Amino acid sequence: MSLLELFSVPFMQRALIAAFLVGIAAPAVGTYIVQRRLALMGDGIGHVAVTGVAIGLWTQTSPTWTAVVVAIAGAVVIEVVRERGHAEGDVALAMLFYGGLAGGVFVTGLAGTGASRLQEFLFGSILTISVDDLLVTMALSVVLILICVGLSPQLFAVSQDPDYAKVAGLPVRFYSILVAVLAALSVVIAMRTVGLLLVSALMVVPVAIVQQLTRSFRMTLLGAMGAGLVASVGGLVLAAALSRTGANVQPGPSIVLVALAGFFLVWPIGAWLRRRRALVAPFPETSPEENPVDEAHPHHHGEKCGHVAVEHGDHVDYIHDGHRHAAHVGAEGEHYDEH
Amino acid sequence: MTRSGTRSTVPADVPVQLAHGDVALSGRPVLRGVDLTVNRGEFVALMGANGSGKSTLVRTLVGLNPLSAGRLELFGRGLGSFHDWSRVGYVPQRSTATGGVPASVWEVVASGRLTHRKLLRPLRSADRAAIRAALEVVGMAAYAHRGVAQLSGGQHQRVLIARALAGRPELLLLDEPTAGVDLPNQQALAAALGRLKDDGATIVLVAHELGPLAPLIDRAVVMRDGRKAYDGPPLSDADVHAQGFDAGHVHCDDAQAPVPNPAVPTPLKEL
Ligand SMILES: Nc1ncnc2c1ncn2[C@@H]1O[C@H](COP(=O)(O)OP(=O)(O)OP(=O)(O)O)[C@@H](O)[C@H]1O
Ligand SMILES: [Mg+2]
Ligand SMILES: [Zn+2]
Ligand SMILES: [Zn+2]
Ligand SMILES: [Zn+2]
Repeated sequence: MSLLELFSVPFMQRALIAAFLVGIAAPAVGTYIVQRRLALMGDGIGHVAVTGVAIGLWTQTSPTWTAVVVAIAGAVVIEVVRERGHAEGDVALAMLFYGGLAGGVFVTGLAGTGASRLQEFLFGSILTISVDDLLVTMALSVVLILICVGLSPQLFAVSQDPDYAKVAGLPVRFYSILVAVLAALSVVIAMRTVGLLLVSALMVVPVAIVQQLTRSFRMTLLGAMGAGLVASVGGLVLAAALSRTGANVQPGPSIVLVALAGFFLVWPIGAWLRRRRALVAPFPETSPEENPVDEAHPHHHGEKCGHVAVEHGDHVDYIHDGHRHAAHVGAEGEHYDEH
Repeated sequence: MTRSGTRSTVPADVPVQLAHGDVALSGRPVLRGVDLTVNRGEFVALMGANGSGKSTLVRTLVGLNPLSAGRLELFGRGLGSFHDWSRVGYVPQRSTATGGVPASVWEVVASGRLTHRKLLRPLRSADRAAIRAALEVVGMAAYAHRGVAQLSGGQHQRVLIARALAGRPELLLLDEPTAGVDLPNQQALAAALGRLKDDGATIVLVAHELGPLAPLIDRAVVMRDGRKAYDGPPLSDADVHAQGFDAGHVHCDDAQAPVPNPAVPTPLKEL
């Protein structure tokens, strides 16, 4: 079967749609998780959700819905422990994680379904996504993406500076719990593609990739969604392509490895960008009022004038006397404007 | 700067009214029996030694520290029923900002407009204009698209001031806004606060050195060991020290609270 033929198989099409949406939604939630410095929260929820899946398998109900319930409960507990900020909170969280994983494996044993069924959830499986699962995944992904983008001013403020958000009258507690619930939902929708044990990587690594390049939250959020999409679909295709050769590669590990490869590809670019910005940083600053743009410009800026040159799109700006000088040749002759 | 929603001055609408406020942090009493009323249009300087409770008081006034006793009213409403937070601006002494993700100067200042925005609505042009104006006031307009993590301490402080100014508050509380800010930018801030005051805003400002802000001050409040030690006409920085307000001794109880030394002239208002 060629790769193209593979894409015409219904289960592969379902997997692609799921990977596409999850690849966007998980990093969108992940951006807020990373902003709150809770990069391992997704990991913890993933461990707790194992018990949820096992309960679903045991009781012959949908593992997706039992996972939703248990993951949300776990996420809220994690958030409450974190908010309290107790020293023993760290240990409490660790116990929650181990309990979730051990409980899941234990309950699966009770159910007698065997480890292979659980493994589909631990590391993802292309084959097991049913039409019902896909519909749930699609609906939840869209909701997550809409919330992450639509409420971004509020969620940004609450995560960036909770005290200030409180003085601005925002319900900080509500939004913090909302982020935890969003994280739980993204763990559940990602468990079929990436698997519970690696889901956190799809939430965090795309953010780590783009924040090497970005300076604003918005660009990081949108960039992470793009990077997650590429990693998710790319990893799925890679796993499918390899399985044609007779290998048995799960999509989860290949998605995570593609994302990590992206990180190391972008790393030198990020290092170069940071160095360039560091050169620009220490110029003397003055407010625009004090330093009108139409001050004396005794020379034409150029390669040898000694001012710091910054490439800026289609032209080069020169930094001097507290402004970025951008010369433009227009109809009325040469002029410059301030950025 | 213009403010929206100017309200008529009714006596009940006093911006800040704290009566017998006690505050405990981690079980330790930090503020004891503090009474503070700030009237509309007043510019109050809050002074005192390190650890005297200035930041705790300001954080209490914006609702970040719960009172263990006493009563706080903002604009005539008890804290529990006060919801009009767009009227209040706050500049923290040290930002609690802990972003693990880059954020630009513009984005941080834009969060100062949140109290004026409805859920799920894009920024209006009035919001953009207010953000831009606030950035210009603190001289950070050229840095709008920089990451906040790459700023110096003083620049970061100016961004936090801009965030509060962007909301065009009627009551502005600033906790050492000029610490680490160079003189030209202190002067620019003084000019901006002066304009805000002319518009009728009420300002409470914590400072160790008033510098260019001194001419704006209507009233000084000096804290010592969690109590109000002085409340009256402005004092020069030297007076605060000369009268021993910053001597860090606990054995002075209420009855012995220092009174301003009448021999020391307080000519700041005329400056
Ligand atoms: N979270 C806290 N838990 C317990 N005590 C605290 C806490 N924060 C502050 N304190 C104590 O409360 C007292 C007042 O602190 P506060 O920060 O209000 O002082 P300050 O007047 O603002 O000082 P500075 O001039 O250094 O800013 C200090 O003795 C401090 O040790
Ligand atoms: Mg302080
Ligand atoms: Zn030049
Ligand atoms: Zn340019
Ligand atoms: Zn120039």
